[in-house]
Amino acid sequence: MSHARQVAAGALAPAAGPGRDVGLPGGGRRRGIRGRFRGRSWVGWLFVAPALIVYAALVLRPLTMSIQYSFYDWNGIGAATWVGLDNYAEVFQDPSRLRALGNSFRLIFFYSFLSIAIGLVAATLTRSLASRWARAAQTALFLPQVVPLVGAGIAWTWLYASDGAINQILTAVGLESWTRPWLADFDLALPAVGVVGTWVLVGLCTMLLSTGMAKIDPALYDAARVDGAGPVQEFFAVTLPGVRAELAVCLTVTLIAALASFDVIYTMTLGGPGGATMVPGVDIYQLAFNQSRVGAASAMAVVLMALVLAVVVPLQYLVRERS
Amino acid sequence: MRDKPDTITSTRRALVRAGSILTVAALAACAPPGSGSTTPEPDPDAPVQEVSTELTTEDVELDLYLESGFTDAWDALQEEFTRQYPNVTFRVRADSFQNLAQNAVRIINAPDAPDLIRFPTVASAAKDGLLANLDPYAAAYGWDDWPQGTLNQVRVEPDGSRGSGSLYALGVGYNTTGLYYNKDIAADLGIEVPPATIAELEQMMEAAKAADVVPMMVGNADFTVAFPYQMVQNQQPGLDDLKDWIYNAPDASFDIEASVTAAETIQRWAGEGYFPDDVNAIDYSTMVGRFADGRALFMPNGDWEAGGLTSGGSGDFGFFLFPGVQEGAPHVAMAAPATYVVPSTASNKDEVAYFLDWIHTDEVARQIVLDVTGSSPGGPAELPAPVAPEGSVIEETLAAAATLADDDGAIDFIGNATTGILTSTIGPDLQLLVSDRITPEEFAASVQQGYQTELGR
Repeated sequence: MSHARQVAAGALAPAAGPGRDVGLPGGGRRRGIRGRFRGRSWVGWLFVAPALIVYAALVLRPLTMSIQYSFYDWNGIGAATWVGLDNYAEVFQDPSRLRALGNSFRLIFFYSFLSIAIGLVAATLTRSLASRWARAAQTALFLPQVVPLVGAGIAWTWLYASDGAINQILTAVGLESWTRPWLADFDLALPAVGVVGTWVLVGLCTMLLSTGMAKIDPALYDAARVDGAGPVQEFFAVTLPGVRAELAVCLTVTLIAALASFDVIYTMTLGGPGGATMVPGVDIYQLAFNQSRVGAASAMAVVLMALVLAVVVPLQYLVRERS
Repeated sequence: MRDKPDTITSTRRALVRAGSILTVAALAACAPPGSGSTTPEPDPDAPVQEVSTELTTEDVELDLYLESGFTDAWDALQEEFTRQYPNVTFRVRADSFQNLAQNAVRIINAPDAPDLIRFPTVASAAKDGLLANLDPYAAAYGWDDWPQGTLNQVRVEPDGSRGSGSLYALGVGYNTTGLYYNKDIAADLGIEVPPATIAELEQMMEAAKAADVVPMMVGNADFTVAFPYQMVQNQQPGLDDLKDWIYNAPDASFDIEASVTAAETIQRWAGEGYFPDDVNAIDYSTMVGRFADGRALFMPNGDWEAGGLTSGGSGDFGFFLFPGVQEGAPHVAMAAPATYVVPSTASNKDEVAYFLDWIHTDEVARQIVLDVTGSSPGGPAELPAPVAPEGSVIEETLAAAATLADDDGAIDFIGNATTGILTSTIGPDLQLLVSDRITPEEFAASVQQGYQTELGR
């Protein structure tokens, strides 16, 4: 999953910046002295080497090995058997694998759309507040980002328990018929863990979007007001187009968080009840470390990576072409 | 103007890409994974290895890798052993059971493998040649004459099936499972344990339910309904088929009548409200906590909780073996050693075997095992059992272990059939079963399918 994040971060970087030309091997800018530079081109490689070696050893090599393992039936220790595409066939035929993939797309609603929507509202509201209060509000929203996800998962498990705070509040306001063991409910367990994702990511989205809004020229708002725009029109005509780049970053980060989610699900439900909240991250973990089916786990991981790229890369092109 | 740098950049990109691919190709082995392993395959025809039952007089440091919850027992054992044999000292590493279960194979396979390590699932590691074959020691020390019901669980054939073959582990503490009960609640309800039959047990649970007490505290978020499930299953005919299945015998199937009957019973119990409403949201520690708080009549669990329920609990608890279908049927219960193995590369095999034998036979050591783990120390049947505190639940779990040994009714846990079967299949399917989302027949068939997938059958 970290490699997926790496790729996404790479895709986010500007296409061609001045930094790219410094010290990279392959010749200089000026054709006239190209010959002189050619002899020294290995110096460039030397500069790149430490980063390249670390990247190759820690990202590319495991990635290649995962792809290789995905074609084998292997328990992690004994001899491996070549099985061709069987592991991939299983990913697309086994209902529990497909369900895990489907759940990760359902989580996108909570991780991406809900947290960005709330983040937009929060950023717009705090923009008009006095700066000290705005900062306090943003800090409060951002705090969940600082909490380790495993701790957050355990705390939310208590909130959702049948005698937990959520059911106590519902009982107190007379909604006793709504109380239930949330994480044991087949239909509501996935939304319940999804809300935790929203809770964590709202702060990040709010902060990114506020930063974007701060960069919008106030003259644009004045102009809009002169033209008679209300707050809502102002939002759609000025604010939203102004934070397009930040929106893309929010969307990319939260999409990856949704598709590659692990910690919260693992600590809160283990994928239960009956697979209702199973996601690819937990599934891969179970396959590799509980069932010792390294090949099947690798195939699932490769499919997950492909899905993340398939969602995130087009997004990058879309944003880049517009801007 | 922008054209040229872009072309150069893309050439560079291609170069960098090519370089990376070369590096990766050089780094990643082209051979299939696992083929580089130097571990020898076990050779059944190898001549019997010479072993010594004399403890060396030289200074030795035994390297132990333990489960972090059980280091108290081990501290006491090490201290006593060093007191009796001052030339032997210990070096200890410990990790949580979860981490241990996942990393043990790599620790065993490492060049500096420990002399003894807690290791839950022996079969595939034994098949892959990672564990020392303890047969020579068993012959030399007479371990083969001990009650074999639990030791058979750690015997492995060369094909990787368990239940018979060579000995690859010993237990330090032999666990027994059954039903804990809350004595105060039972007295209030006028219930006298133990029930003679499952039908009688159901009447007791009905009485508890009528009095608004949770009849059986059980948590299924981490799949503990597997306990009552197998407790019912153990009482059905066809026990040998179930043992074959747990031991991965060829053609073994879970899709048998006993499995379906047990699934029907558990589904009915869930429907009757014998389990807590939020059973699928309760995890193991919450289950034990609520029972210890006096919030239920029964709890299916093992004697490893006896110590905690004696010291920390508010109520007064008792323990009995799960009843049969018919009155007077021999007891059958999940009972398994807390298994410790010797890696095949361990450097002090003779010494660690002597230590293991001592734990099972020395009077002080046996008392330590009971006092600290609450489990039976195992070992020779003719040795007197260690003494439990009078009136404690440990006394009852120890008596249950003795009864079970008399009935030769030990059976391994279905969750140990393969390393992943509980979390991948049995657990999630039990969550579906208790909430009426699959039928008992579908449950039995699905578990069998998960089993075959994992074993590659």
